Amino acid sequence: MSATTEERFLRGSSPLQRLLSRPELGSVVGAVAVFCCFALAADSFLRASSLGTVLYASSTIGIMAVPVALLMIGGEFDLSAGVLVTSSALLSSMFSYQMTANVWVGVGVSLLVTLAVGAFNGVMLARTKLPSFIITLGTFLMLTGMNLGFTKLISGTVSTRTIADMEGFDSARALFASTFTVGGVPVKVTVVWWLALVALGSWILLRTRAGNWIFAVGGNERAARAVGVPVAGTKTGLYMGVALGAWICGQHLLFSYDVVQSGEGVGNELIYIIAAVIGGCLITGGHGSAVGSAVGALLFGMTSKGIVFAEWNPDWFKFFLGAMLLLATLLNTWVRRRAEATK
Amino acid sequence: MTRTAGRTPLVELSGVSKHYGNVRALEGVSLQVHAGEVTCVLGDNGAGKSTLIKIIAGLHRHDGGTLALDGEATRLSSPREALDRGIATVHQDLAVVPLMPVWRNFFLGSEPRRGVGPFKRMDVDLMRRTTRAELLRMGIDLRDVDQPIGTLSGGERQCVAIARAVYFGAKVLVLDEPTAALGVKQSGVVLKYVAAARDRGLGVVFITHNPHHAYLVGDRFVLLKRGTMTGEHTRDEVALDELTRQMAGGAELDGLRHELRRAQDDEPRRARDAGPRRSAALPPGRG
Repeated sequence: MSATTEERFLRGSSPLQRLLSRPELGSVVGAVAVFCCFALAADSFLRASSLGTVLYASSTIGIMAVPVALLMIGGEFDLSAGVLVTSSALLSSMFSYQMTANVWVGVGVSLLVTLAVGAFNGVMLARTKLPSFIITLGTFLMLTGMNLGFTKLISGTVSTRTIADMEGFDSARALFASTFTVGGVPVKVTVVWWLALVALGSWILLRTRAGNWIFAVGGNERAARAVGVPVAGTKTGLYMGVALGAWICGQHLLFSYDVVQSGEGVGNELIYIIAAVIGGCLITGGHGSAVGSAVGALLFGMTSKGIVFAEWNPDWFKFFLGAMLLLATLLNTWVRRRAEATK
Repeated sequence: MTRTAGRTPLVELSGVSKHYGNVRALEGVSLQVHAGEVTCVLGDNGAGKSTLIKIIAGLHRHDGGTLALDGEATRLSSPREALDRGIATVHQDLAVVPLMPVWRNFFLGSEPRRGVGPFKRMDVDLMRRTTRAELLRMGIDLRDVDQPIGTLSGGERQCVAIARAVYFGAKVLVLDEPTAALGVKQSGVVLKYVAAARDRGLGVVFITHNPHHAYLVGDRFVLLKRGTMTGEHTRDEVALDELTRQMAGGAELDGLRHELRRAQDDEPRRARDAGPRRSAALPPGRG
């Protein structure tokens, strides 16, 4: 580095350099490539109904990918996110059924308990100072066991009873699992939830004080603490955000299938993390975006459904996912190094 | 004892001690910080400089002695409280978040906001403009305040941190070895800002192990060694040579010279050089 300080400042950063430093760039390039690939390989991929299917698959991942991405920017993981979705659905269903209450009561109770689990993760992290990997792995295992154990104890089987004939089911279904048509494309209401969460996540990250704190606790926790950022509070808030996402996903699961299988959700936490990472979130924290996580989720949806439309063997899905993860991460790393070449 | 004995110091430590379990990190340390003056704390690695900073910055609480702010004995419970009392600390290694833009770093922890209720948001325009203007006042012309602060050099990052402390109305500026990792030219730049902050009426605590840097800007000098004070001088009573000699440890230096001469003949030098950079007697928590 022979350039003097003054020269470096004069150069500044060009619009191209700024574009390259966007966290979601790698995932956008990947998404365009995957889209073109399936558009060529499968004629049915471009049909309106297929678009609806892809968006639906993306949205169920995307709803969780947004808060998981925010959490990752804040420097932490949540391995319990996948099973928490199932826990949340089981809770609404079983509480309403057992209490013979309006299903909205169950939905409300479920929200409180799910948020409490998120708060538990955050408080444990702040109190014990253990890695979030360990803490949420513990929560993950405990929730998996509780999902199965409580469901068998209460229902006698591994799934919940039907609640479709109960009061409030139809209105709850309209909110969490309805379908409407936009320009000939059947759109699930989860897509609206997803887009709303992406907008909310971006607003928080880019324009609020909390967003500044999220970047700071993930980028350099000690620096953040030294200037007075409430580190524990910020992280707890992030975990509760993940819990909120899990609640929305869980209610969707319940009201679209009516019954909930207690063993579901295991492994999904990794898919959320993958979507966030493909979307440009730095696994060590401090860098990333909500929009990126949405593109990551879209990539995921396109691949999982595109393989079906192209009539390829779906066994290859995981292979594509792994390859995409590696490629996107490599591209992101390369791009960031280029953008920070002045360092 | 000092020429400003009549004034109340902004910060005054008298006989302050700190223990980590059985390890004595600091014992009976006293110093004064006055407005418009630079108090230098000199000491080798492991002398207790970091512990001293952490007490003044509110990261740790002292066990013995008194810490008085504006003549009022107090005990700081958090960095936030220290900031609220007008003490801004620029840490050597934890000053900034490298991946965040300069303007976000500048306002981190004290973000100005506008709007009401759920639409309360950061005043991004104001933050960008202020950052640029304040850095310009310190003589740093940054065209793009959106670049990650990690792309700035070490000296520039220190300057941003100093500019920030000045902007937020700090009365006391604590600088933790601001020149330690810098080259000669960069150190000069930082020392200029230290002097600038002093001339604006701030009290500065300048922690360093370089007596040359200290003597360029310092008004008072406190020497630390293994947690205890080995000397206290004002600028009038001490010359640079004497300060350097005391800092290096006088007689110890002669012993070291003798030892090194033998070592060169007897064994390869790298065996010694491979040792840890910091002393093992260092208290925990100093990263």
